[in-house]
Amino acid sequence: MVSFTLNKRQVSVDADPSTPLLWAIRDHVGLTGTKYGCGAGLCGACTIHIDGTAQRSCQIDVGSVAGKTVVTIEGLSPSSSHPLQKAWVVEEVPQCGYCQSGQIMKAAELLAKNPKPSRAEIITHMDGNICRCGTYHRIIAAIERAAREA
Amino acid sequence: MTIIDRDISRRGVIAGLGGMAFCIAVGNDGVRLMSQARANALANAAINPWVRIAADGTITILSAGAEMGQGSMTSLPLIVAEEMDADWSKVAIEWTPADAKVYGYKDPFGTENLMWIVGSRAVQLYFTQLRIAGAQVRKVLIANAAQKWGVDAATLKTEPSVVVNPANGARLSYGEIAAFGTIPPTLPAVDPKELRERKDFRLIGKSVPRRDTPSKVNGTAQYAIDVKLPGMVYASTLHSPVHNAHPGIWDAGKQDPSAIAPESWNDAEVRAMRGVIAVVKLANGLAVVADHFENAKAGRDALKVTWRKAKAEGFNSDRALEDYVKVHADPNAQAVKLEQKGDVAAAFAAAAKTYHAEFRSDYGYHAQMEPLNAVVRINDAGGKVEVWEGSQAPDETRKAVAKALGLPPEQVDFHQCYMGGGFGRRSLGDYAAECALIAKEVRRPVKLIWTREEDIAQGMFRPQSFQCLEAATDASGKVTGWKHCVVGDGEFLLITGIKIPYYGVPNQAIERRGVSHGIKLKHWRAVGHVFNTFAIESFVDQMAVDQGMDPIEFRFERMGATPKARKVFETLAQMSDYKAKRPEGRAIGISITERSGSLGAGAVEISLDRASGKIRVHKVWVAVDGGVIVQPGAAQANVESGILYGLSSVLHERITISDGAVQQSNFHDYNLMRMSDLPEELNVKFVDVDTRPTGLGEIGNPFIAGAISNAFYRLTGKRLRHLPFTPERVLETLKA
Repeated sequence: MVSFTLNKRQVSVDADPSTPLLWAIRDHVGLTGTKYGCGAGLCGACTIHIDGTAQRSCQIDVGSVAGKTVVTIEGLSPSSSHPLQKAWVVEEVPQCGYCQSGQIMKAAELLAKNPKPSRAEIITHMDGNICRCGTYHRIIAAIERAAREA
Repeated sequence: MTIIDRDISRRGVIAGLGGMAFCIAVGNDGVRLMSQARANALANAAINPWVRIAADGTITILSAGAEMGQGSMTSLPLIVAEEMDADWSKVAIEWTPADAKVYGYKDPFGTENLMWIVGSRAVQLYFTQLRIAGAQVRKVLIANAAQKWGVDAATLKTEPSVVVNPANGARLSYGEIAAFGTIPPTLPAVDPKELRERKDFRLIGKSVPRRDTPSKVNGTAQYAIDVKLPGMVYASTLHSPVHNAHPGIWDAGKQDPSAIAPESWNDAEVRAMRGVIAVVKLANGLAVVADHFENAKAGRDALKVTWRKAKAEGFNSDRALEDYVKVHADPNAQAVKLEQKGDVAAAFAAAAKTYHAEFRSDYGYHAQMEPLNAVVRINDAGGKVEVWEGSQAPDETRKAVAKALGLPPEQVDFHQCYMGGGFGRRSLGDYAAECALIAKEVRRPVKLIWTREEDIAQGMFRPQSFQCLEAATDASGKVTGWKHCVVGDGEFLLITGIKIPYYGVPNQAIERRGVSHGIKLKHWRAVGHVFNTFAIESFVDQMAVDQGMDPIEFRFERMGATPKARKVFETLAQMSDYKAKRPEGRAIGISITERSGSLGAGAVEISLDRASGKIRVHKVWVAVDGGVIVQPGAAQANVESGILYGLSSVLHERITISDGAVQQSNFHDYNLMRMSDLPEELNVKFVDVDTRPTGLGEIGNPFIAGAISNAFYRLTGKRLRHLPFTPERVLETLKA
């Protein structure tokens, strides 16, 4: 049994401590906004925050987050009110949408640390997150909008 | 968490609706509405109302537009709503059931009805039928209001969701009418001339946001991989690494299972692992079933299997490409004629000059971000099956699952989910059928997820190709003769985009020479267009350079470009300021492409790092004739997406096969474009025309390779002749 804080809620997961946090969140707890893309830390679809830092949940053992604070896309804001989520809608970023939870969580880490990032800083920060539909330019526009309007 | 546990009969749904429910009939000319009374009178009516109007004014419109990011889930109901004159804010969208007889379109290449959302044809194929259906609903609503008011229906008008009597200002909302209205046994006929004129559109061509967007920024959008059923277990599969496909599109039904079935494996060891419930033998692999996915995957990863011999054993993709050259040189090799126009032999005999060029291309993988998966539940008696999947062809999944279980398709219910990318891969239902067999074996609801490694190893690829082009020109430099031969596996997948209807070359001989390797192949965003257009447009550029002509003028003067092609080129030249001098170290290249009725001319501006061989694309322009644009925002996003998909494949993506097995295994060795490769500018423009909409999801992709290779020539004086243009290949080309 591993206990941690997930989206401001205390949760206990009955899984082997070596279980990837991704599957603990998705299947054991039942929050499915965090996605499985590669299982190898290569695509960023499973990005979540652990104590405020963006991490790939497929590469983290659930045992290692005992006592820590985990935030997923579902916990980013009440009713999609985070400036990034609003900007994502205005810029019509998502296409298939599958990578977007990870993109938004990765971008949220950036804005928390650097509220007015340059285009180059955005690209450097976001380069590990793959979007197969090719929404990269809209992701940049949405991050810039959120930075402007936040 | 979403727990889905529903078992609602469709008849029950219809009976309990209230309001007005317009059902669907299929005539010789496509989708038509019929009244609920008639629908209910039909034997075995597995019919959901296409349009429902509730007394509170809510209008529910079903969508057959499987949603993989292209937006047709929203576009199709929007077309109905336009002609209905519905208030879009009151429209709710639901998926249609997977019954092609009821909800499909007529196969443009055959006689059956299909629900395949492929080739970017959803809007194109459904457009007129849905407009007529919407207009019929509007007529019925007006007729009911006319009767109530005792006036002539012809004097009434509509505003969004309201029937209005201009004579006295009386108004009845659609919801009010639904409370008392009746639907005649035969719906009123609508002549296409009665449909709205473009200038009167309120929704088509306007800025209407996609309906799926809000759920895709907060994690609530439901993909099949997110479905959870009570008592559900998880499966992870390992298939024979060596492919065993028959010629043409992969078809499980054609495969001889005995040939590649697992012969022996460490069954007891895997069954003893944590959480493992069963190891199920499949026709071409094994499935480990467990209480949780991580345990199923651990079991799968621990499998040690001896496989029987498969067809692709010994196959090597690099070696095969060189064999294609021999097939092309062999006068006795079997060839399928694709185009025979005029007298090619005479054109070449009389030529003032002839040209010749060869091109190659490698296999490509779809790399949709959501690995293939499905959920299946079979009832205890075994006679009722439910499938959850994100599918480009729900009717195919239904048939595939039914066939696997030996049941009639009517006993399979399909629940559509969002797709985390499709790109042509999600239209066979093969993994859903596999999931059904596992569910039958373990007698529990099953979620099957292919690992990314499995998704690549069992990929169904864009075929590799060798191409030879030859042309004859007369004394004036006009191209009078054209020969194009493509060699490879994949039958019709190999030939899309090989014809050149946008040029007026009088004598043409286009052919395919087929081989079969046993490698699984499939549609892939514009598939053959990718390598065929690359070869055609690089070859045309080569001739333009040889004749010292501007490449656009060469296409107009010497290739006989059609008026439609001239228009997109002219638009492109204008938007890209094509003739302007480029900054030092940069060059521009152009290309044209057609796909699914659309025509596009594109240009790229590139630079090159000569030390690393890395090509950088700075700016992209594309001018598209796609007919009337139904949803401008989604249309633009589709073309942009095609451009980036094209850039990714042209600059990075390469599948190689050694001894019959795929050598790449994840995104570290199958490289996809990342944000740092993004061009600084993407410019998309639609030519303003009144013609029927054509496909847009794949028009942004095929021109990229030719445009880059033509720009590369201007920069270096060398031609890239083998897709993809990886840095290693670029360096080799520079040295040659």
